[in-house]
Order: sequence, then structure tokens, then C-alpha cells
Amino acid sequence: METSFALTGKGYVIVAADTTAARSIVKMQIDQDKIKELSPHLLMAYSGEPGDTVQFAEYVERNIRLYQIRNLYPLRPAAAASWIRRSIAESLRSRNAYSVNLLLGGYDTSSHTPNLYWIDYMGTVVEVPFAAHGYGSYFALSLLDRYHDPEASLEEGLATLKRCINEVSKRLVVNPGKYKVKVVDKDGIREVEI
Amino acid sequence: MSIMEYNGGSVIAMVGKDCVAIASDLRLGSQALGISSNFQRIFPVTDRVYVGLPGLATDVTTLRERFRYRVNMYTIKEEREIEPETFAHLVSSTLYQHRFGPYFVEPVMAGLSKTPSGGFKPFIAATDLIGCLNFAKDFVVAGTASAKLFGVAEGLWEPDLEAEDLFETISQTLLNAVDRDAYSGWGAIVHVITKDKIITRTLKGRMD
Repeated sequence: METSFALTGKGYVIVAADTTAARSIVKMQIDQDKIKELSPHLLMAYSGEPGDTVQFAEYVERNIRLYQIRNLYPLRPAAAASWIRRSIAESLRSRNAYSVNLLLGGYDTSSHTPNLYWIDYMGTVVEVPFAAHGYGSYFALSLLDRYHDPEASLEEGLATLKRCINEVSKRLVVNPGKYKVKVVDKDGIREVEI
Repeated sequence: MSIMEYNGGSVIAMVGKDCVAIASDLRLGSQALGISSNFQRIFPVTDRVYVGLPGLATDVTTLRERFRYRVNMYTIKEEREIEPETFAHLVSSTLYQHRFGPYFVEPVMAGLSKTPSGGFKPFIAATDLIGCLNFAKDFVVAGTASAKLFGVAEGLWEPDLEAEDLFETISQTLLNAVDRDAYSGWGAIVHVITKDKIITRTLKGRMD
């Protein structure tokens, strides 16, 4: 039921996640923000086991910020992905493993390119042009295969995202309703209305 | 559902005349759902040794980093590059250390080992997930399409293939075997290692 999408475009990454927090058949909250801003140019959408998700996301957020404080320079997206992956992989074979799936989207200010990483609860990391987690991925990924353009403008990217959201609304039994959409580009992070 | 088959992927290595080749598909999936068509599972260890790691993707990345660390330490301490046979034993001991909580990968190694006369001898090896070594003379296979790879390789391989012919043979073996396997495919990459150079080619295969 927790759906998240992300896609890259010309100099940006769009990350979107639904805003529903549900337990069994009850929607507890309909305006939850599931996208953490790890650094001025790094976004992370999380989903998975309730509790584990926020706990792990805050742990990552604080450690990424600590790196920036210590080194006066923010971690690049690829390095952040490696660090996050190692944290998950180390916890996997410990007593209590984090069960969190992530989409890490960032703008690398050194190479001036957008980067997107699909990370699953076992510590699998792969760099992709677009990605999704949750049941919504079964609908969104094929749409993105067809309509995604890595050189698209932000408006075109948001239109592609809208296609995915509409398809999930139409076909998924438990419709998430509202989505939070954030964009990261060379100027930083901002939220957009979809 | 087997953990070894969760992400999918296959690797094969073959021996030729003064050359070796190692090839893999590029698919990463989450069971039946394909996630990436660009997942590298073959990594260079030295200029002359390559290792392919099919199996659970998180362990592929973890082991790649572990081996890189251990080989770097070896190179610093020994002040020389690691030989393929030594690396194979390094892989075996690393995996057996986790005998009762193993990494879910079945490594395949290919390289050229130095002979006392100064020449190079082709070398391939594979292990299972707990480090049991297999030093084959012809070819080694691993991954979800391993049974199919055995079949095609047995039919197509012959001894003393030159580098170009070895490339054709290993490519056809891989492409046809993964086409019969649902969890492998979505692109393929081949590395042919000779004493002077390594040629890497990406194959055009069925993307279904």
C-alpha cells in the first residue's frame, strides 16, 4: 500500500511518495511526509515496516548531516548510497534487521548530474533512471519504460509522474489518495504541487 | 522461493588458447519484477583476474567490497599482484568463514596465471556458496541459468579457441542459455582477457 516513485530528468530528480499512514483497514494519517531531506541536494523516500522506517530514516539523516558538519562538504549521492547500503546490509544479518525500502534521489554538484538509487530492505543498491517501490510499482514501471525521457524538462517529468499516479489511483484496490512530490536540482530541494 | 533465485542472474567463464573469457547477463529483479537492466556482477580484481558474482544482489555488492579490501591488503603486504589460484583460495576461505550463515553467491573466477617460464596460463574456477572450489579445465557456470549454461557450453566448447572465436562461443552460449531462463537476461556483457589487453563487449540480446 505504501507507494513511492522517482524519476530523473535534465538536471533534476523528482521523488514522490503517498501521504497515507495506515494500520490494517484504518487510515491513521493522510498527510504524512515520507520523503526526508538528507542534505541540500539529497532526497530519500522511505517505505516498509512502520517504526523501522522513521527510525532508520532519521538515523541516516543525522549521520549524513554529521558528515557535512565534520567535513564542511556534503556527501555526494553515490557516497551516501554506499553508506546507506552498508548500514542496511550490516543490520540484515544482525538480531534485528531494518525492513525499509528507499528511493535516494540527489543532484551531484561536482559532476552536475542527477542521480537516483533504488535501495531495498536487504541492501541491494542499483542506479536507475526511474524507480518505484510498493504495489504501485507494478503499474508505474511499465508506464515509465514507455514515457520516461532522461532529457525531459521538469514540466514533462511531472506530466510523466502524473500518468503513474493516475494509473495507480485507477487500478490499485487501496488508493493512496494524495502524494507528496519533491524536486531536487542544482538550486536545491523544493516541494511541488501535482 | 529460493534466496539464490530472488534477484536472478548468471555467469559463465571459459578457457581458450592463451586467453580466458567471462560473461554474465545484466538483469536485476525482485522475483518476477525486473528492476534494472544494467546490474554489473563481474568485477576486475587485478589486470589479469576477474570475478563474477551471481546470486543475491546485496551479497554481490558486500562480497565485491570485501574482496576488494582483502586483495588491496594482499597487494600492500606482498608488494605484488595476486595470482588467480591464490585469489580462488581467498574466495573459498572468505565464504567458508560464514559456513553456517553464508553469503548467497556462487563466485566464478577467470584469469591468466604466470608460469615460471614467464608465460601465461589460462585459469578458471568456481565455488559454491560455502566455498567448495571447482577447478575446471574447460568452463564453469553459476546462477539461475546454470543448468542451461552447462548444456549449451558442453555442445559449443572446444579446446584451444583463439580470442575472437572464444568470444563468439561464450556469447552464443550465454545468450541462448539465458533466453530459456526467466530470471536471467535483459542484456549481457563479455570480457575476454588476453596477456596484452582485456576487451569488454556488451551484447545485443532479447530484452524480454
